Order: sequence, then C-alpha cells, then structure tokens
Amino acid sequence: MAGGASTGSAESGPPVLEMRRIAKSFPGVRALSDVSFSAYRGEIHALMGENGAGKSTLMKVLSGAYQADPGGEIRIDGNPVTIDGPHAARRHGIAIIYQELALAPNLTVAENIFLGREPVAAGLLDRARMEAECRPVLERLGVTFTPRTVVGTLSAAEQQEVEIARALMMRSRILVMDEPTTSLSSRETDRLFDLVRQLRADGLAIIYISHRMNEVYELSDRVSVLRDGAYVGTLTRDELSAERLVRMMVGRELSSFYTKAHQDPGERRLALSVRDIGDGHFVRDCSFDLHEGEVLGMAGLVGAGRTALARLIYGADRRSSGRIVLDGRPIEIHEPQDAIEAGIVYLTEDRKRLGVFLDMSVRDNINLDVIERDAVARTVLSFPAARARAAQAMRALGIRAANENINVGSLSGGNQQKVLLSRLLETKPRVLLLDEPTRGVDIGAKSEIYRLAKRGVGVVVISSELPEILGIADRVLVMRDGMIAGEVLRGDMSQEAIMAIATGGGRAEETAGSIA
Amino acid sequence: MSVPETSSAAAGPAIVKQHDDARKQALRSVIQAIGMLPVLILICIGFELLNGRFMSWGNVSVVAQQAAINIVLGAGMTFVILTGGIDLSVGSILAAAAMVAVIASKIPGWGMLGILGGLLTGLVFGGANGSLIALLRLPSFIVTLGSLTAVRGIARLLGADSTVFNPDLPFAFIGNATLLGIPWLVVIAVAVVLISWFILRRTVLGMRIYAVGGNPDAARLSGIRVWQVLLFVYSASGFLAGLGGVMSAARLYAANGLQLGQGYELDAIAAVILGGTSFVGGIGSIWGTLVGALIIAVLSNGLTLVGVSDIWQFIVKGLVIIGAVTLDRYRLSGSART
Repeated sequence: MAGGASTGSAESGPPVLEMRRIAKSFPGVRALSDVSFSAYRGEIHALMGENGAGKSTLMKVLSGAYQADPGGEIRIDGNPVTIDGPHAARRHGIAIIYQELALAPNLTVAENIFLGREPVAAGLLDRARMEAECRPVLERLGVTFTPRTVVGTLSAAEQQEVEIARALMMRSRILVMDEPTTSLSSRETDRLFDLVRQLRADGLAIIYISHRMNEVYELSDRVSVLRDGAYVGTLTRDELSAERLVRMMVGRELSSFYTKAHQDPGERRLALSVRDIGDGHFVRDCSFDLHEGEVLGMAGLVGAGRTALARLIYGADRRSSGRIVLDGRPIEIHEPQDAIEAGIVYLTEDRKRLGVFLDMSVRDNINLDVIERDAVARTVLSFPAARARAAQAMRALGIRAANENINVGSLSGGNQQKVLLSRLLETKPRVLLLDEPTRGVDIGAKSEIYRLAKRGVGVVVISSELPEILGIADRVLVMRDGMIAGEVLRGDMSQEAIMAIATGGGRAEETAGSIA
Repeated sequence: MSVPETSSAAAGPAIVKQHDDARKQALRSVIQAIGMLPVLILICIGFELLNGRFMSWGNVSVVAQQAAINIVLGAGMTFVILTGGIDLSVGSILAAAAMVAVIASKIPGWGMLGILGGLLTGLVFGGANGSLIALLRLPSFIVTLGSLTAVRGIARLLGADSTVFNPDLPFAFIGNATLLGIPWLVVIAVAVVLISWFILRRTVLGMRIYAVGGNPDAARLSGIRVWQVLLFVYSASGFLAGLGGVMSAARLYAANGLQLGQGYELDAIAAVILGGTSFVGGIGSIWGTLVGALIIAVLSNGLTLVGVSDIWQFIVKGLVIIGAVTLDRYRLSGSART
C-alpha cells in the first residue's frame, strides 16, 4: 500500500478508513483478492479500474452489502470493526451514493433525508422538526430547493444533493460516490466538484469512483487502481499521469487466442452506412461505415451508449435522427421486423431476458424468425422445414442438446447463446450486430461463436473485453458519452489506445499539463 | 489448442444429464398434456358410485351441453392467458351478443342474421379490448374489468333492461337439435376446440402466441409484432364470447341483459387454470382447458344429482380451483423456468 499521508490536504495520524487484505469469492469466481485500501480525513481518494475490476464489489464490502471472506480486516479510526449490514455501515459513519439514486420520488426532500429514522412527537410524524433540522444542512450545501420540495420534481443533480444532505445529516465521515457525474451536465458537474471540495475541507474522507480521467485529475489527492479483482497500486497527485493510469488499468497479457488473419478493408464493398444516428437525448451524431466481411469492434465503457446505438439501428428503440443505408439503398427501420427483413439482425447482451425463449424447444427457438418464410401460405407451420433447419443448425454450431425438442432453459449458457445466434443466422442476414456475444460463455464456445459470426457479411461486435476486441476486430470504434469518440485502425490497435479514448484520457493529458 | 478436448470432455456428463432432462421433460409434458384427466375420470367414477344414473348416455349428453358454452369461452380465454393476459369481460360480451342475436332474429325473413349479429357483437367488443391493450398498452386486467361493467350496461340498454323473447327463433336448432345424434352445442364446442388446437399448434400465429407469453420482450426483439398477436387473442376471445351468446340465446329462445352470463368469466378462467395453463403465459394447451371445463360441468351436474345444495356446490368448486392452482404452482416449480 502506498504509505503515509501523501498530500497537503490529508491530515497526519491514522487513516479514518483502512481496509486490509480484503478478499471476496463467489461460487466459481474470485471477485477480490488481497485488496488493501485506505482513506484519510480531508482526502479525495479516487478508485479506478475497468468494468469488472472489482470496484463495486469492494464498495459493497464496505457498505455491508457483501461480507468479505475471512482473513481481511476493516479498521475505522484504527479500530477493527465488523460491517455486517447497511446499519452497521451507517453506524460507523459510512455513506454511499450510488449511480442509481435511492430516493423516493413521491416524498419531499425532508422526508427522504429522514427516511427510516423519522422523528416522532406524541406518536405522530414531527414534520416541523424534520424540516428545521435539515434546513441548515441544505443551506450549507447552497441548494435552491426547500425541505418541502417533492423529490420527483428535482433534476438529477439536485437529487444527488439530497443524497449528500442525507449523508451529512447522518454525520457520515466516509462518503463513497459511485460515478456521480454520469447523468450531470458540465455546469452541474462543476457545481458538484465545488461541493465535493467543500466536503473535503470539512474533513470528510471521500472515495470517488470514476471512469473519467479528467475528473480524477481535477479532484483527487490519490488514485488507487484495481484490475481483475486485485490491487494494482496507488498514485499520489504528483505521480499522476494518464499514460501510467491507463497502463495500470489494462496491463494484462494480450491473449493470442482470438488472433486471426486480417484482411485489408480498403477494397471491400460497403455493406452498411450509418449517418447521424441519435435518440434525441443521449446518443448523438453517430456515423460509421461497415464493409462486407469486415469485423468492426465497438469499444467503450459500460454506459457509453454502445447498446443504445445498436438498438437504434435495429429499430428496437425510437430513433430521432439519422439515416441507414444498406448495400447502397436507404432503408426505413421503425421496428425490429423492418431491420430483420432488410437483413440486419441484433444479438442482445441480455440473453435470458431479451433473447431466448426458455420454455420453448430448441427447434422452435432456432426457427422462430423464419417460421413465416417457411410456412405454407405464410400461415401453416412447416414441420419438415423446421426439423431440417434445427438439425442443420445444431450440427453446424455444435449445439449440445439431447434432442431438438428439449427446452432451451435446460441448456448451458453457451449452448443457449448458440441457439440464439443460429436463430439470427437462419434469417440469412447481411449485417450482424453482436452485443457482448461471448458473455457468460466458456472459452471454447467463444471461439466458435466468433468463427460463426465471421460467416456473416458484415459484423459489428460490442464487447467490454478488450483482448477479445483486439483479437477479432479489423477496426475499432470507441464510444464515450453517447458519441463515437474515436476510431482505432488495425495497425494502431492497443488496449492503451482504446482505453485512452474511452475514458477521455486524451483530453485529460491536456488537463494534466495545465495542472503541472 | 486444447479447446476441443476440454469442451468434448465436459460434454460427456452434460449430455448425460440432458438426456435425463429430456426424459423428465417428456414425462412432464405428458403429465401436462393429460393434466387433470385422471382427476376428471376419478370424479366421474365417484359420482357413478354415488348415483347410478350419472354415467347414463342421457346424463353424459346433458353434462356435455352444460359444458359447451364454457368450453367455447374457455378456448378464447386460453388464447388470452397464453399471452400472459386476462379477459374478464366475456360474460358481459356473451350477454350483449345474445341480446343482439335475439333482437336481430325478429327481423322478418332475415332471422338467421341473428347468428351473424351475435358473432359480430362479440368481435367488436373483443377488438375494442384488444385495441386498448395492444395499441395503448393498457393492462388487460384493468381494460377488461372496465368492459365487464360497461358492456353489461350496454347489454341491458339493448333490451331496455328487460328480457327479449323469440318463440320462433330461426336458429333454435343450435340449442336444441342434434347432428347425427350429437347435440349441436357439443358439435360447436368440439369444433372450437379443434380449430383452437390447429391455430395454437399448427400455425405461425400460434407459435407467436406462445412466444409472446413466454417472453414478451424477446418476442418484440425477435421481430414479432406483439400488438398484432395481442389484438388477435382479445378479438378471438370476444368473438368466441359472441358465439357463446348465440348458443345461449338458441337454447333459451330468449336473452336478458342483466342476468345472462353473470360470472361466466370466472368459470372460463377456472377451466383454463384447471387445464394447467400457466397464469404468467407461454405454457398450456387447449386440451387442458377442455378437461378443465368438463370437470366444472361434471362437478355441478354430479353434486346436483347426489343432492348437494347449491351453496355447498360453490364451496366445493372454489376449493377444487384452489387445489388445481396449487398443483399448477408445484408443476411449474419443476419446469425450466426456475
């Protein structure tokens, strides 16, 4: 652990929070191993890492949502404590503000702040006392709403202020903020930063989780990085550099598993052109081309808008702007049926909820998108055709099922994914949009899925696993905040290059320069 | 690369387990298909032992006629419940359709139009339900609860809140005559069951009904126009309620907007649930509904024959339904859904 109080604002003495050798295993997965983390009074300590690096798990251990495996230790003010639930966390002065705010929109600000510990006078709710008690805190935060305002009428930024007020009312000394700026405008972000600095000056220890390099630069006194559930290191403010951080975040061995012979994209025919696609609030101005036989990677952090963009192209969500051209012809897509008929199919990232039909047979699942094409007079099902397709697909994709009549729900995740993929392939698509196609799938199935995908004419692959993208893609688009932030060509592809664009690291370097 | 080895090694036990699963699943689908049939047979044997007349040809014919209208309503309800919805308005629609049928039957020389009028009435109200549910995406429970009340009012309005008669009903044969010795009511009910089976199991539409009920979000994403499917099932349910109205009018030579069809929706739902169709949608069959409707009819008929009072009949029927739902829950917990 990077030793000692390192920055001007942190006080000397024992850290207010010390987590030592924290480990957490779930059946079959080691989410955290030997992670140590500390925070001092009057410090903003940023916690960074890729998706799935273990940041949230660590914070859930701190908040009592998870119990760490035996062997680790949590100390508050130097004294070992047991945090066995949210109440214990609150008692020790720990408050967490999650990305999804946990407020009741139909209640007032005061009612939300006192939720669960309402003051009572003569058996009745003491509304006057509630409002009187939270007024000074709200004034200290400099908010524009009153204790009586109904929370549902407030903006996302204001609701966050309510959460902060609640944390202050509970005399929290350790405040965890999980990606607090995700839904804020830049003006609101500036205001939040002022507030966070004020809380630091008041002596709170603030743990700030963010993917955004420039925020981390602007705010933090120290930055700790997790990777694959392990602690990588801590940088003090003077040691901070975008390059170093990115290297710490992604620095794993590049798997050679996906490596393939790449073709030159230059000469190939254009398959799909997407221009200025947007949904009117988050996804904006997305344009890209996809060539025949090309595998286009789509990288970015969770919430960058990749799934949203794919769904807009597919017609699953309503598009407010943009054009789609397939094989040189403009096409109109208003609902998924239009996309499928035009030859664009989408493989969902959420297989169980949006993909397969668990109570239907393997045969019916494989055939569902083409039953109308095969049907007699487009009405009466053709069983011979369905059986033939199912048998052929099961053979071609190596679907391991006892027979075609078995319910998809009793197959393994990888086989369910192959059933889903074969359902899409049966429509003979021109363009495949694959959203996390190998999620929850074992490594053997992964390679098979990509081998199959490449039979498709043009493939867009959304994946959060960078080694996977690097291995399979001819070219990578990187999304950030609902826009296509950059493109990385085959020759320049590296995890560092992609992460720099995904986190806004390029911009952060300028910020860093100005700070230094 | 060691991948093929590991995957084939892992496949061994997995496939064995699947074969096991496949057997269990086959057994389960048999149980599901025959479902309550053993219960029906046991009840029949019980009543026969208690009262020797129960299994006589005459009584069986009476039971079948009593069940006929509920079978027709239950078929419509099966479509609706398979998509995960509910139609509470079928009793009211049946009353309105019967009113229209009897009133139209009085048109001199065109009395057979009563049949058409009844069917169309059902289709229109069912279509209205379907439009609100499919296009405006309102919850089916609320929409059909509303039309349960509103259509009942319309039914009373049609006859100026009195009973309408037609002693010379031109289509009275439907309620009283036989075809080759089989009552027309029973012929119609059997035809409805067969057509429903064909739609559900042999057409594109049927497959989509199961898909929408099993996973509506996935159905939409797979390019199924979910609204079309929903519009169909509620229209079908309304149309079959209209058919039930015609059957009822034909048997009674009369219709009454206030009393006719009261509580029929509950019998129809009970038949579907007794038949093992899952209330959340996606699982079930028309054969189950047939058996369910027969159980209800047999219970009513048999309990009357052995002299159980009307009051106790209600209590017994209610307990049987709860028992069946308990069984349904038990059956679901063993399926792939968990």
